[in-house]
Amino acid sequence: MIFVGLLAVLLIKEATVSPSQFAQTTLIGLTNGAVYALIALGYTLVYGILELINFAHGDVFMLGGMFAITIGTHVFGLHHGQGPVTVLIVFATLILTMLACGSINATIEFIAYRPLRGAPRLAPLITAIGVSFIIQDVGLAWKGPNYVTAPDVFPHSNVFSVGGVDYQWNHLIVVIITVPVLLALLWLVQRTRQGKAMRATAQDKDAAAIMGINVNRTISFTFLIAGALAGAAGTLYSLWATTVRFDQGFQLGLIAFTAAVIGGIGNLPGAVLGAVTIGLIQSWNEGLPWHMPGSDWTQSLVFSILILILVFRPEGLLGEKTPEGG
Amino acid sequence: MGHTAEPVDLQGRLSARWHELPELQRTGVVIALELVLAGLLLFIDKALGFGVGAVVAVYWIYRLPPVPWRLAAQAVLVALFLALGPRSFGILLAAAFAVFWIPERRRSLVVPAVAIGAAIFYPFYQGHMFTIPVFGSWPDVATGVVMLVFVMMAIGLNIVVGYAGLLDLGYVAFYATGAYTAAFFTSQQFAGQKCPTPGVSVTNCTVAVVPRHKFDFGAIGLTPGTGGIHISVWLLLLLSGVITAVFGIVIGLPTLRLRGDYLAIVTLGFGEILPQIARNGDNLFGTGVNLTNGPNGITPLDSIGFGNRLSDATGGVLPSNFLTCCKASHFGHQIQSTDIFFWVAIVLLLITVFCSLRLQYSRLGRAWIAIREDETAAAAMGIPLMRTKTWAYASGAFFGGVAGAYYAVFRSATFPGDFFFNISVFILCMVILGGMGNIWGVIIGAAFLAYLNQEGLANTGSWLNTNLSANSFNLLVAGIFLALLLWLLVRAREQMMRYVLVGLIVVDLVLFVGLRIIHLPIDVPLYASGIYGLIILIVMLLRPEGLIPSRRRAAELHEGVHDEPLYDAVHAGAEA
Repeated sequence: MIFVGLLAVLLIKEATVSPSQFAQTTLIGLTNGAVYALIALGYTLVYGILELINFAHGDVFMLGGMFAITIGTHVFGLHHGQGPVTVLIVFATLILTMLACGSINATIEFIAYRPLRGAPRLAPLITAIGVSFIIQDVGLAWKGPNYVTAPDVFPHSNVFSVGGVDYQWNHLIVVIITVPVLLALLWLVQRTRQGKAMRATAQDKDAAAIMGINVNRTISFTFLIAGALAGAAGTLYSLWATTVRFDQGFQLGLIAFTAAVIGGIGNLPGAVLGAVTIGLIQSWNEGLPWHMPGSDWTQSLVFSILILILVFRPEGLLGEKTPEGG
Repeated sequence: MGHTAEPVDLQGRLSARWHELPELQRTGVVIALELVLAGLLLFIDKALGFGVGAVVAVYWIYRLPPVPWRLAAQAVLVALFLALGPRSFGILLAAAFAVFWIPERRRSLVVPAVAIGAAIFYPFYQGHMFTIPVFGSWPDVATGVVMLVFVMMAIGLNIVVGYAGLLDLGYVAFYATGAYTAAFFTSQQFAGQKCPTPGVSVTNCTVAVVPRHKFDFGAIGLTPGTGGIHISVWLLLLLSGVITAVFGIVIGLPTLRLRGDYLAIVTLGFGEILPQIARNGDNLFGTGVNLTNGPNGITPLDSIGFGNRLSDATGGVLPSNFLTCCKASHFGHQIQSTDIFFWVAIVLLLITVFCSLRLQYSRLGRAWIAIREDETAAAAMGIPLMRTKTWAYASGAFFGGVAGAYYAVFRSATFPGDFFFNISVFILCMVILGGMGNIWGVIIGAAFLAYLNQEGLANTGSWLNTNLSANSFNLLVAGIFLALLLWLLVRAREQMMRYVLVGLIVVDLVLFVGLRIIHLPIDVPLYASGIYGLIILIVMLLRPEGLIPSRRRAAELHEGVHDEPLYDAVHAGAEA
């Protein structure tokens, strides 16, 4: 609480000193948050249903970025300045990448996690780390150790420019694409039959099975959805940041996982809230010339938040306190 | 599953069919397969073919009646290698055969004694050993030191993960703490600078600046006028252990009440934060405080030795300074400072093993096992959870700290780049491969993986690049994955999973046989972490208890401490 209060005071001070810069970093933070939200939802979906921290998720996101670059440039010939057809190509790339990452994620579940369903809880977690390392090396073998560049196709013209605050289209587009995906996910989980099966399986696998739900199929479906979200995030991130590297998925994945924990792991709106929070914190930390430690310390800052949340409020901001939550 | 038709139990069927065959036919099939394999390998690399042939021969020799056939066969095999092949291999084989002729009840004493003796004399015969097929020459002594250090760390992690069942993904933090403690207390890091002329600042100084701070306690090999803190390295090893253990307790106290996977994440967090502090520590938060010298690391560190007085008293047997010692030559081997580092590492390792074994069977060790198996039950039996877990952390951290400090002293440097998350997983991989909870398994797993990391992967890589064509390498990789996928396919019980596995087999064949996506030369050490990942995955899927399992841990992993799912009750217990 003291920490949050202090942060708020510092933020207000900063906002009054240089409001334009503050607004600028806040807007970029929202874009960061949108990408993190897509990844964090994957963590939270899988954790909700299996109570497994899927370490490989961040790396599926990385693969998504690489898929998007490959599909976009090599298959559709995406490049800078193509005009309106860009929209179509990006959309097609997004869908294909989501499909690819979804099936990869579901396959990982089949091979690496399903045989360990009855094993002690830490066994699949250890396996997940192994899978994460394998996927990183697949990325390394595929695209090499250097940054892979994506064509810079999002327009950089200003959406608006008020009082020195420039908001560029490329930041907004990410948010514009993310929001419907998030809404579609919420609709899927809250309103459809499949979503009901997912929620039931998450609550109690045995009872769900007795009610005639095919538990294994539901879990596969969850991994498919989570992977598709990671694929969407990978596409957007690679086109927005225009670079992807084989080890980026792990780092960004951990940040997104922190977001999921902040919101209350297993809680979908919580993951989005946490992601936006982390996105803003990161952006303020890196973009404002003030008493924050700066980009050298982003990792430490995020992990300190993670540790503090886990120690003092393991159920997160929106999560419910469970008997074994502590 | 279980709602539609019951899926076919492929594994059961195949194993039943196999066991229906007459004994003689089964033996014949196995021998034929082995001969084909050895023949194929002979085609690629002669040494490899003969090596595999020898291993197979040893296996079959042990199925012969002991007297006189086994003895005779062993004599023939040894004689063959002494006469034709690498003589050192013949001697090694003879020694191994001899050990197994010792009656079993005496073996528990003889085997460790032989192993320790072989390790101590390693620097003397390392240069005369045969070349291992694929892996190249035997690891040199410097690699041996690194292997021993990593074995110590793995034993430390084994206390946390294997005994107490707490998954620690940030063990590198303890390693870093030990290494940096060593660096702080044996280098010029905190020397500071001042001008000898009173009242003149360093920038305006006209004569050479001198160190501002100086503290010396039993350090050796210092030139006069060296600043900074210098403590005897022997004391320092203990000190690093204690400081790291205290650090472990500090980390553990707030976090150890968390559930297993949350604890893993928190330790991972500490494992990421600490190296970042080391990396950015040359100018902490812009205050100008130079704690860790940033990415340049701290170097050089003081050398290690017994000092002049002890050295003179023992007539030079204990060297006064490792780096300047060693004129002596024994058995045709000029003793070098690396050898002495190696022997000290063996002593440290023996102490570690002794402590670990004593801990395992102590009251505390049994409490750890109880907590690992069932926390609630353990608490109900009156085991103080927090205190017991914290002790596990502290003990694990202690060994990690000592090992880290010794490694830093050995290399005379500490760099922040050594403390990545990869190292945590690397050490975890050692524990898993060897067998969680079993100290002998962990020692073997750690030594092997540390060797791979230091020399093995590079050697294997160059062997692959010279002896295999791109085509056969693609075939090899395809074959490895094919074997793994087929194994999973045989064990799969679910129709959907079988479809996926068949699909993956097709993908495997298309990628590696059809498209031949691997191009030579391939830089094998670059893919080290992926190889560890693969090892972790394969071990967890096929043999979760590790190569040399602790019997108790294996039972837990196979039965599952978790609730068995109700709808799968038919298969419960058979699930692996």
